[in-house]
Amino acid sequence: MGTGTSGSAAETIPAALANACSDIAAASDSDAIGGRQARFVAAPASANEAAALLRAAADLGLTVVARGSGSRQHWGAAPASCDLIVDTRRLDRVVEHAAGDLVVTTQAGVRLDDLAAVLATAGQRLALDSSSAGQREPAGTVGGMIATGAAGPLRYRFGGPRDLLIGITVVRADGTIARSGGKVVKNVAGYDLGKLFAGSFGTLGLITEATFRLHPKPETSTWIAVIEDNPQSAAETARAMADAPLAPSAIELSWPSAADSIAVSVLLEGDRASVDGRAERMMSLLTRGTAGSVARGTAGSPSGHTKRPDGRSAHPTLAAEGRDQTAPVHHRGRTASAATTIRIAFWSGELATVLGIIRESGAQHGVDPAISGSAGAGVLEVSVDHEVDAEAVAGFINELRARLGAMAAGGVVPSVASAVVVQAPPEVRDSVEMWGPVPSLRLMRAVKDQFDPEHRLAPGRFAGGI
Amino acid sequence: MESAVAADLTQICGADNVITDPQQLRTYECDGLTAHRCSPGLVVLPQSAEQVAAIVRVCAARHIPFVARGSGTGLSGGALPRADGVLIVTSKMRSIIAVDVASRRAIVEPGVTNLAVSKAAEPYGLFYAPDPSSQVVCSVGGNVAENSGGAHCLKHGFTVHHVAGLEIVTPDGEITWLGDGTGAAPGYDLVGAFTGSEGTLGIATKIVVRLTPIPEAVTTLLAAFTTMGAGGAAVSSIIGSGILPAAIEMMDALAIEAAEAAVRCGYPEGAGAVLIVELDGPAADVAAQTDAVREICTATGAYEIRAAQNAAERAAIWTGRKSAFAAVGRISPAYIVQDGVVPRTALPAVLDRITELSAETGIRVANVFHAGDGNLHPLVLFDDRVPGEQAAAEKVSGMILDLCIEHGGSITGEHGVGVDKSRYMPRMFGADDLDTMQLLRCAFDPAGLCNPGKVFPTPRLCGEVPGVRRAPHPLVASGLIDQF
Repeated sequence: MGTGTSGSAAETIPAALANACSDIAAASDSDAIGGRQARFVAAPASANEAAALLRAAADLGLTVVARGSGSRQHWGAAPASCDLIVDTRRLDRVVEHAAGDLVVTTQAGVRLDDLAAVLATAGQRLALDSSSAGQREPAGTVGGMIATGAAGPLRYRFGGPRDLLIGITVVRADGTIARSGGKVVKNVAGYDLGKLFAGSFGTLGLITEATFRLHPKPETSTWIAVIEDNPQSAAETARAMADAPLAPSAIELSWPSAADSIAVSVLLEGDRASVDGRAERMMSLLTRGTAGSVARGTAGSPSGHTKRPDGRSAHPTLAAEGRDQTAPVHHRGRTASAATTIRIAFWSGELATVLGIIRESGAQHGVDPAISGSAGAGVLEVSVDHEVDAEAVAGFINELRARLGAMAAGGVVPSVASAVVVQAPPEVRDSVEMWGPVPSLRLMRAVKDQFDPEHRLAPGRFAGGI
Repeated sequence: MESAVAADLTQICGADNVITDPQQLRTYECDGLTAHRCSPGLVVLPQSAEQVAAIVRVCAARHIPFVARGSGTGLSGGALPRADGVLIVTSKMRSIIAVDVASRRAIVEPGVTNLAVSKAAEPYGLFYAPDPSSQVVCSVGGNVAENSGGAHCLKHGFTVHHVAGLEIVTPDGEITWLGDGTGAAPGYDLVGAFTGSEGTLGIATKIVVRLTPIPEAVTTLLAAFTTMGAGGAAVSSIIGSGILPAAIEMMDALAIEAAEAAVRCGYPEGAGAVLIVELDGPAADVAAQTDAVREICTATGAYEIRAAQNAAERAAIWTGRKSAFAAVGRISPAYIVQDGVVPRTALPAVLDRITELSAETGIRVANVFHAGDGNLHPLVLFDDRVPGEQAAAEKVSGMILDLCIEHGGSITGEHGVGVDKSRYMPRMFGADDLDTMQLLRCAFDPAGLCNPGKVFPTPRLCGEVPGVRRAPHPLVASGLIDQF
């Protein structure tokens, strides 16, 4: 195993690596991942070149970390060692867009916004988004999205990358190229390795190509938001949105700080007549069913400006930011890479309880986190400003985990909620376990041992130190 | 099977739940694919996860292969027993442990039937979406093993999209949970990897399934066309218009003939193809889409369109489709069901080629299929009393699978590989692909005792370096495992 400690820009590139991949250079300080200095950066132009590169790395015993656009490189634990970064930027080809079959095959380094532009020409989309709706982030790559398992508001209706991925090609640690799945949606031939690689953070192999199921791009969309003042009524509203027979695409929640009220928003998508009809029904249903104020966003973009049809007072934080008052709220500046972001997954029926746990844990440790995410799917992101004392943040996270863990008491399933630290400043990383408790860790280690017996792929980046 | 094994298992499950009588064992000699038969060495019917774990530990300690079986409705021989092994039947594990309405989850034991989950959820306006046509009897545990689909998976997805957590017994007899029921548990997605692994990675003992709201409105349309080509054009047009029906099914003239003979489904006279399109969702959307689908069908040449507005009318339309497999028995003494998939846009070319193959070989092929997702179910008809016909039918059947692979499709859309199609796996995947898949197998089942001989044509021997098999593996040499 390599040491990964050398920061020397003058390091000589081993001939075996240079022979395997023409685009290779010594790493610079800006290539460091989680403070771990890399030695070499290579950008293979094909799966074959990537395979040759990984074979050479295997021969040299180098540790390897995959990199897409780098937009989420600060997610997960820092790798224990990083001799070679395999950058996928030259794997940038949309291989085949079979519009009639609603399927696309793309190389891993294709940027998501470029892919979206290609698909849009046929009126189609990959129904995956990331982070909170409307939040502008650097466009990630296809490979990075799969590897991090990133999903946003649309997960309520379409699931995450694992749900739309129908075929995958990977290069294993020893340079073997392997694929599973295919390019038809319905397919049960062989094990579905795409499921295993989705969310694996580069610890099982390098993703070089992927095939996805697509959906028609909706003609229009609209958000309807309800402002509530306590977790219980927010949960009831989220439930009402889900129970309405109106086929929502997303049900989001935003609670910027303990002092704020809670915005619960529902996204309706489709053709104009359908969206208008469903929006009207949703509005009337919510107006009857809640004490909170109800407002609908302008059809089209969730980030567009909005008139308040009811004339009631606006959501305080939203009003202060002068932004769309009905889109699911996102907290500018609070999910910057310096902040601590914790992803909490839970059974969605427990929303009020989980919101209570977050606020109580925060109060106990003097932390006032911002909460947002999919109330419908039961996945929330909790963000703490980077100014907050690391010890307090760590205490808050440990408290959260203890309380979420206790939710399973007396039930059939031994764990029903989790809190994963997605990103955190170095001081917080040093004082808290990033992944927290993980079910069936023994089997996960066994899987890792089979795919990467020498533990050279992103070592230490994943759950349980994998 | 040694009597000591029966004694061990009797101690675990009680004498009533251990079957050693050869006559009774024969009841379990095959699943829904009757072409492959093998009487199990022993059958055991556990009633709890703890019992399953204890049984598996006995098997692991004695190096006895074991196979799990739910209701035995599988169509690829996935639950084909081993003469030298134990068959673990989950049909006595039938409890619906909980229905969590607020979280839209149910926790069930593996022997619970698919339809029973929907029945339990119905009072709350929810249902369990995957609906294989055997849903009245097939078990949820079997559905998980096979990643079962059904007519409505076009819109609603497969079993893997509706399972959020699994309690399993590992092949070495440990009870563990994969996932936590949230669908977003930290770590590798072992729930996704396990679902569809055809019983080769362990035995599911509790399953957390997602429940889906019952759609507000459902409309079922039946459209009759004179040719398959016209029906196929309608399918492409519907999907191309951006409508995603819950189901799009198609039958050809031969399949219609069989269905009429069997159940008098009363489909329009003279149809060369019938299309069944089911739309579900918000009432106004369904109404608008129904009009759109009607227009498309008319434009593409439908000469009769019927619409069902209620459950009884809907059932009448579905009768012919749902009886098609069995009905073919009316027009042919024997038949092979295939399960290949092609990209939807390749359907016309593939159907034409199947017609040619049929003409060239004199083997009749009835086509009944999930047109929306390109999942063919060609029924290859033959007379098993005529020497050579079965072999000819098997050849046509294999050629159809080759055709699917040529068009970028798959050898199986929902029935699984099992024992039936493992020999076709190398046509779809390379040696490296298959070896890589088997790394997962080795992680879960290094001893190769859990449903051996399924899915993969040549089992990878765990711990061995690929490509350097110089001598028989010690487990093969000692007769503990087979390699073929």
